[in-house]
Amino acid sequence: MVSPKISVKDLDIRFGGIHALKEVSLDIMNNEILGVIGPANSGKTSFLRAVNRFNDLVPNYQMSGRITIDGLDIYGQVDRNGLRRKVGMVFALPVPLPLSIFDNIAYGPQLHGISSRKKLCEIVEKALKAAFLWDEVKDRLKKPAHNLSGGQQQRLCIARTLAVEPEVILFDEPCSGLDPISTAKVEEAMLQLKSRYTIVLVTNNTKQAARVSDRTAFFLMGELVEIDKTDKIFTAPADTRTSDYIEGRFG
Amino acid sequence: MTRDKRNQRIREFFIEKTISASGIASVVIVVLIFVFLLKDGLSLFKIESIQDFLSGKLWYPISDPPKFGILPLILGSIVVTAGATAISVPIGVASAIYIAEVSSPRIKEYLKAGVELLAAIPSVVLGFIGVVTLVPFVKQFFNLPTGLTAFSGSIMLAFMAMPTIVSIAEDALTAVPRSYREGALALGATKWQTIYKVTVPSAASGIVAAVMLGVGRVIGETMAVMMITGNAAVIPKSIFQPVRTLTATIAAEMGETVRGSDHFYALFAIGIVLFLITFFINMIADLYLHREKR
Ligand SMILES: Nc1ncnc2c1ncn2[C@@H]1O[C@H](COP(=O)(O)OP(=O)(O)OP(=O)(O)O)[C@@H](O)[C@H]1O
Ligand SMILES: [Mg+2]
Repeated sequence: MVSPKISVKDLDIRFGGIHALKEVSLDIMNNEILGVIGPANSGKTSFLRAVNRFNDLVPNYQMSGRITIDGLDIYGQVDRNGLRRKVGMVFALPVPLPLSIFDNIAYGPQLHGISSRKKLCEIVEKALKAAFLWDEVKDRLKKPAHNLSGGQQQRLCIARTLAVEPEVILFDEPCSGLDPISTAKVEEAMLQLKSRYTIVLVTNNTKQAARVSDRTAFFLMGELVEIDKTDKIFTAPADTRTSDYIEGRFG
Repeated sequence: MTRDKRNQRIREFFIEKTISASGIASVVIVVLIFVFLLKDGLSLFKIESIQDFLSGKLWYPISDPPKFGILPLILGSIVVTAGATAISVPIGVASAIYIAEVSSPRIKEYLKAGVELLAAIPSVVLGFIGVVTLVPFVKQFFNLPTGLTAFSGSIMLAFMAMPTIVSIAEDALTAVPRSYREGALALGATKWQTIYKVTVPSAASGIVAAVMLGVGRVIGETMAVMMITGNAAVIPKSIFQPVRTLTATIAAEMGETVRGSDHFYALFAIGIVLFLITFFINMIADLYLHREKR
């Protein structure tokens, strides 16, 4: 058996009195898209933000358990900025930095020490192409990113993430604010990216998980109810709570 | 039903008129102030050319014949203001960044309370404290004949500008959406890189406004500078010499002049100069802010 890219063991997360995640264990493989579904407050975001150590920003956050990437404990001696470079994140609301389109994407590589203009141009072009945005913006790279449409902004945020060459990309409901066409473009980008990255996709849209993810995990009230091949989850789930959720009977 | 509607219309009418009346009143008041300022101030230029007034090196308003050259006063104001700005802006902006971005919530509370306290000290009291503590210190430390210098004035004024700068800049930084910071952090930016490249530029217009308001307070300040800068109307050769500012001159001499005398008009003319300086600073700030919006 191949060793997993990311391995989560007994992950338990509390915010003050709130028990957001309860003893979750799962593995994520190289080059797969893992879909994570579940009703509101089931701990999906908390789970995702544990993987790039974003929960550390919350003052009264406590966690126990272990997360390893390539066998390395990310809560061990790994430095947080290096980790976040390796584990990119795309948020529900696309938030371009208050810079031009070009600078939004060049920002990450510049942080990590790339200053040659030529190199940056190459990176920007490559990232925009991979996010299926290049054709739409190639003539206005110097314009403020805020003028883009919501769907374009989200693809810009994906391109920005790709530009730092991560190994893992975490998507937190990336299409929740997008129309079906933009959603289709983002999904297409994700399917393309799968060959080079490991992807975790949190989504409120179960159909989206069915369309793009290889395996799907179902979270409910902080518990991992089940995780399996997407076909299996959507056709013959082991747990009745899973089928109830998928068929829209609660949540 | 219809009566209700009519009542509502009448109410709307009165509210609207009251609001526009107060808006107009404030404009009228400003115009009146300006007219009076001009009327008395411009009278000076019947006996003194604008050129001599602005570039004359001697201010002897009560000698015979009087000399109304305000160059030393303008330079005094500029030196003190520039010094205060150079001290208060870096420290003020840095404190704002510390309070907004770095400090823990508890320390943040203490610091904010401290800044508010500093803002609440009346300027006379600050001036008084400056005279008994800062002035002797400056005299000794730099081995000067007197501690009543432009430098002491700058330090004192920096204390007055700082609360304004810190609290407004801090508000501007806190108002930057959390998602901007998270966007940068998610790319692997360190805390400092995030502050420097994302948070501060996003809050730039607010920070500029903070600085301008702080500097505005410094230019208009009178009491403390009068007590602390030595009040000598001579052209300063360094910041370690006594100076006299435009504001201090008006405050100190207005009480001794005869209404309608040349000296009286000269003080009003100084008022015009002050007005123009403040006006230009506000205008520059405004231009900057509007440039940011685009
Ligand atoms: N920063 C925080 N501080 C306090 N409580 C938090 C914080 N983040 C999450 N929680 C709590 O943890 C629980 C799980 O939240 P989480 O955001 O992980 O849910 P989610 O599955 O992503 O929900 P949604 O589908 O609405 O995004 C919730 O009860 C939430 O209130
Ligand atoms: Mg969420």
